[in-house]
Amino acid sequence: MRSFAYQRATEPESALAARAANADSRYLGGGTNLVDLMKLGVETPDLLIDVTSLSLTDITETSDGGVRIGAGVRNSDLAAHPLIRRRYPAIAQAILSGASGQLRNLATVGGNLMQRTRCAYFTDVTKPCNKRDPGSGCPARTGEHHNLAILGGSTHCIATSPSDLAVALVACDAVVHVREGSDSIERAVPIDSFRTLPGNHPERETSVDPAALITALSLPALPIAAASHYRKVRERASYAFAIGSIAAAIEVRDGVVTDSRIAYGAVAPVPWRAHRAEAELLGKPAGIEAFEFAADTELSAAQPLPGNAYKLGLIRNLTVDVLSKLSGVTR
Amino acid sequence: MTSTLNPPATSTTVQVPTTRVDAIAKVTGQARYAAEYDLDRMAFGFIVQARIARGTIVAIEDAVALAMPGVLAVIDYRNAPRLSDAGDAELQLLQSERVYYRGEVVALVIAESSEQARAAAEALPISYAEADHDVLFRTDHPEIYTPEKVNPNFPSESSVGNVDGAFDAAEVRVQAWYSTPAEHNNPLEPHATTAQWDGDELTVYDSNQGASSVHSTLCKLFDLPRGRVHVRSEHVGGGFGSKGSARPTVVLAPMASKLLDRPVRVTMTRQQMFALVGYRTPTIQQVRLAADHTGRLHALDHLAYSQTSRIVEFAEQTAVMSRVMYATPNLRTRHRLLALDVPTPRWMRAPGEAPGSFALESAMDELAAELQLDPVELRIRNEPDFEPDGGRPFSSRNLVSCLLEGSDRFGWRERDPRPGIRRDGRWLLGTGVASSTYPARNAPSSCAITARADGSFEVRITAADLGTGARTALTQLAAESLGVGLADIELRIGDSDFGQAMIAGGSMGTASWGWAIDKAARQLRGQLDASGGAVPPEGLSVTSNTRAEIDAQADVVRHGFGAQFVEVAVDPRSGEVRVPRMLGVFAVGRIVNPTTARSQLIGGMTWGLSMALFEESIMDVEFGDYLNHDLAGYHVASNADVGAIEVAWVEEHDEQTNPTGIKGIGEIGIVGTAAAIANAVWHATGHRQRALPIRPDRILNSANAAG
Repeated sequence: MRSFAYQRATEPESALAARAANADSRYLGGGTNLVDLMKLGVETPDLLIDVTSLSLTDITETSDGGVRIGAGVRNSDLAAHPLIRRRYPAIAQAILSGASGQLRNLATVGGNLMQRTRCAYFTDVTKPCNKRDPGSGCPARTGEHHNLAILGGSTHCIATSPSDLAVALVACDAVVHVREGSDSIERAVPIDSFRTLPGNHPERETSVDPAALITALSLPALPIAAASHYRKVRERASYAFAIGSIAAAIEVRDGVVTDSRIAYGAVAPVPWRAHRAEAELLGKPAGIEAFEFAADTELSAAQPLPGNAYKLGLIRNLTVDVLSKLSGVTR
Repeated sequence: MTSTLNPPATSTTVQVPTTRVDAIAKVTGQARYAAEYDLDRMAFGFIVQARIARGTIVAIEDAVALAMPGVLAVIDYRNAPRLSDAGDAELQLLQSERVYYRGEVVALVIAESSEQARAAAEALPISYAEADHDVLFRTDHPEIYTPEKVNPNFPSESSVGNVDGAFDAAEVRVQAWYSTPAEHNNPLEPHATTAQWDGDELTVYDSNQGASSVHSTLCKLFDLPRGRVHVRSEHVGGGFGSKGSARPTVVLAPMASKLLDRPVRVTMTRQQMFALVGYRTPTIQQVRLAADHTGRLHALDHLAYSQTSRIVEFAEQTAVMSRVMYATPNLRTRHRLLALDVPTPRWMRAPGEAPGSFALESAMDELAAELQLDPVELRIRNEPDFEPDGGRPFSSRNLVSCLLEGSDRFGWRERDPRPGIRRDGRWLLGTGVASSTYPARNAPSSCAITARADGSFEVRITAADLGTGARTALTQLAAESLGVGLADIELRIGDSDFGQAMIAGGSMGTASWGWAIDKAARQLRGQLDASGGAVPPEGLSVTSNTRAEIDAQADVVRHGFGAQFVEVAVDPRSGEVRVPRMLGVFAVGRIVNPTTARSQLIGGMTWGLSMALFEESIMDVEFGDYLNHDLAGYHVASNADVGAIEVAWVEEHDEQTNPTGIKGIGEIGIVGTAAAIANAVWHATGHRQRALPIRPDRILNSANAAG
C-alpha cells in the first residue's frame, strides 16, 4: 500500500496550518468516502489530518431561531436530533435514506458535503476521467451514464453529486461555515453556491479554497421546513445511491402557493436547487397542473442522454407526488 | 439397474433438522480458509491485469517494481514456468504476450507482504500494442455460430415435429424476445490459494468447489504424478460456480512458489473477480408458443443466443430446459454463440436454467394471458407423460403437485387475473407464478470409511462444503447408512488425498457423495457383520467408487421440479419494485437436512429476486471490461429487498435417482424466480418486462411507451 502520514488535530488552527503546508494532505472526517478512494488509488494523499477531535460536535439553537451544526457531528446524531427532526424533517429523512447504520455512525456532516461522485469512470483509475485526471477525457457521455447528470453537466463531466443530506440542506437554505486563507477567518457560504458546476474544470468542486476547513453548517429559522419531506428513489430498497431524489417544502394559503423550497438529487453535479420551479409556483394555485408545469420549467434546461432521459419523468413525478402530498392536493 | 430406497424408513439422522456440525468452528474463527494458512517464509503475490481488451504486450518494465520495497519477483510471460495443457486455455497463464481480454492476468508481483506486492503491481509499467476489440454482444453479428454442443454435453439443437408449420396454423400464438444481462457470482470469500513445494511435491490450500478436480488440473499443468499433488480445501466461503474449476490463483501460487522456492499466497480482490473467475453469459432469447383455445400447446420454439470468449468455448445450455417442461407435439430448441474479446463466461448458479426459465416461463405467462387461462392451469394442461423432446420416462416428476400445493398455500385461487387494477396508495399490486426445474444428476465419486476400535467411524471423501451445509448432510447420511449416531461419525472432506469425487456443482454434490458414502458404509457393515462386529486395533477400512453403478443407471430423465409464487408492489411513477412475499414449493427427492435445505432454497429464491430486479454486469464497450466491477456498482439484493419467503417441499420418493433418494437442491431455487416476478409486475402494471433486471428506468420507460 502507499504509505501516508496521519496526524490528529485538536484545534482548527493547527489543522489549517498542516493542510496549508502540504498540498497533498487531506482532512479526514469519518473516512467513509476518502478511505475507499485511497484504496482505489483515486485519492493518494501523503498526509491525513484527522479533524474529528476539533470539538466541532455541537448542535445548538441560534439566537435567531436557527440551528448551528458542528462539522464534526456524526450523521446519525444529526438525524436523531430533536431540533432537526422537528424543524427540518427532510434533513433527518435524507440522512436516514443513505448508506447504512454503521456508515452513518461514522460519517461527519462536513465530510458528507465533500463526498466525491460515484461515477464508475471516476473510481476506476485505469480509465480516463476529467475530474480525476484533468484533460484525460470523459467516456461517460458515450458510455455508461444511466445514473449521471441531466442538469448542470458540461462536455467535460456529467458526474452526479451523491449526497442525500446535501439535497435537503440546499432546500433548507443552509449556510456552510469555512475557515480559509492565511488569516483563517471564518467565512459563510450559502450551500447553494458551495459546490460548483464542472464547466471546463470538473476537478474543482467547491467555491472555497481546497485547504478550507468546514467548521459548521447553519440553518436559518425556516418555518416552511417544519413540514419538509425528502423522497429518494434508488435501484434497491436500501444501501444504494439515489437515481432521483427530492427535498421539498411548500406553503399554500387560500389555495395559492406562497412559498416553496425544492431541491433535487442525483440529477446534477451539485445538489440542485430548483429555483425556476420555485419561482414558477409562487402565486399559482396549488394543484397537479402547477406542480407539473413547475417541474417541467426546471427541467427545460436539462440535457439528457439516451441512458438517463428517464430521469426527466422520474423527477417530474417525484415533484408532483411530493408537493401534492405536502399540500394535500389530490388527483 | 434398479436401486431401492435405502435403508431404514425410520432414520434417526436423515430428514431430521440438524444444526451445522461445523457451526461452532466457523463462528469462533477456528475454521480455516485458503488464505488463512500461514506458512514459514511465505511470500505474497498480487495479480496484474491487462488494460487492453486485445493485442500484445510490448514491454514490461519490471525493474520499476523490483526496485520497490519488499518486492521479490515479477513473473510474466518471459520468465514464467511453462505449463502443459490442462484443457482450459484460460489457465495458460503468463505463457504468451497475447492479450485476449481486458483484465487478463499479465503478470504476478511477489513481495514480502501483500501490501508491498499490491503497491508494486499497481506501479508496474506495461506497454501494449493494442488491436481493435469487439465486446458488444448482439444477435446480428456476422460471426454468430451454432456450437456443436452446449454444456455440459447436450446437442445444440433439438427438433420434434414441425414447429414452424404448427406455429403458423395455431389458433393462439405468443412470440417474444427476452434478454438477461451478464451477471457475476461474487461468493463471500474471494478466490485464494496458498501454495508450497516440498521438492517436486506440491501442496495447495485453495478455495474451490472440488479439490479432486483442481488436483487433476494441477497434475496436468505441472506434469506431476497424482501422488505428488495435494489440494486441501477444508472450508470454502461460497462459489456458486465460480470455483467449479481451477481458477488463476491456484495456478499462479504454485508457479511463484516454484520460482522463489518459498510458500506463496495469491488472493484476489473483489474487483479482480469480475474478470478472472467467470460470470453468467448475457442471453438474448426468442420464445414462440402456439396453442389451441383449450390451452394445449401445439408448438414450443426456443432460440437462445449467448456469448463466449475467443480462447475457450463456453456454450451455455440456455434453451435445454424447454426440452423437458411441457407437452407439445412440435418442439424446437436452438443455441447460437458469439465469441468476443471478453473473459470466458462460466457457470453461475443454475447455468442455462436460470436465464432460460426467465424466457420460457415469461412466455408461458404471456400465453396464459392471451388465452385468458389461469397460468397455473395452463401449465397443468401441458404436463407431459414423457420427456417431450426425447420420449424417455421421468424418474419422478411432481411439478403439478408443486403448482397445486403452492396455489393453496399462496391463496392463488382467489386471484383476479386482470392486470393493472389493484392499488395500495402509490403501489400497484400483482402476483405471478413460474415453474422451476433442475436436473438431478449423479457423478462417480469415491469414499473411504474406517471403523475404529472405539466404535466410531472416520469417513473420508473429497467433498466440498461451500457453506451449503454439505458437511452436515453427509454426516447425517453416513450415520444413517452405518446405523449410528452423528457423534459417532468423523467426516473429513476437502482433501484430494481422499480420492476422486464430484465437485460441489450442478446440484450433484450431496447426491453423488452420499451415494459413495452409502456404498462404502454398506460394504463396511457387511464386513463388520461377517466379523461379528469385531474391529481390529488398527481399524477396519473400506473404499468405494460409484462409477459402475452410475454407468449402469437406466436411461430416464431425472429432474427436480418446483413452483414459485410471488407478490410484487410496483410504483409506476418512480419505477420502484418491491417483493413483499415469495413462496417456493419443490419436489426434490428426499430432504436430508430440513434446516439447511430450507436455507439453500431460500438462498436460491433470494438470488432469483436479485436477478430479477438488480443484478447486471455492465459491459464498457469502449474499454472492454465490466464497468461496475465491485459491490458498490453491482447491486445484489439487500436485506430490505427481501420480504417474507416461505419454502415447502412435497414428499417425493424417487428410487431411480440414486440409493439415497436425493435430488440436488443447490440451484433449483433460482430457476423461475425472475419470471415469476416479471409476471407479477405485468399483473400489477399491465406492462411486460422482457429485459432483466427490471430496473426503475425500465418500469418508467414502459409506462411512458404505453402512454
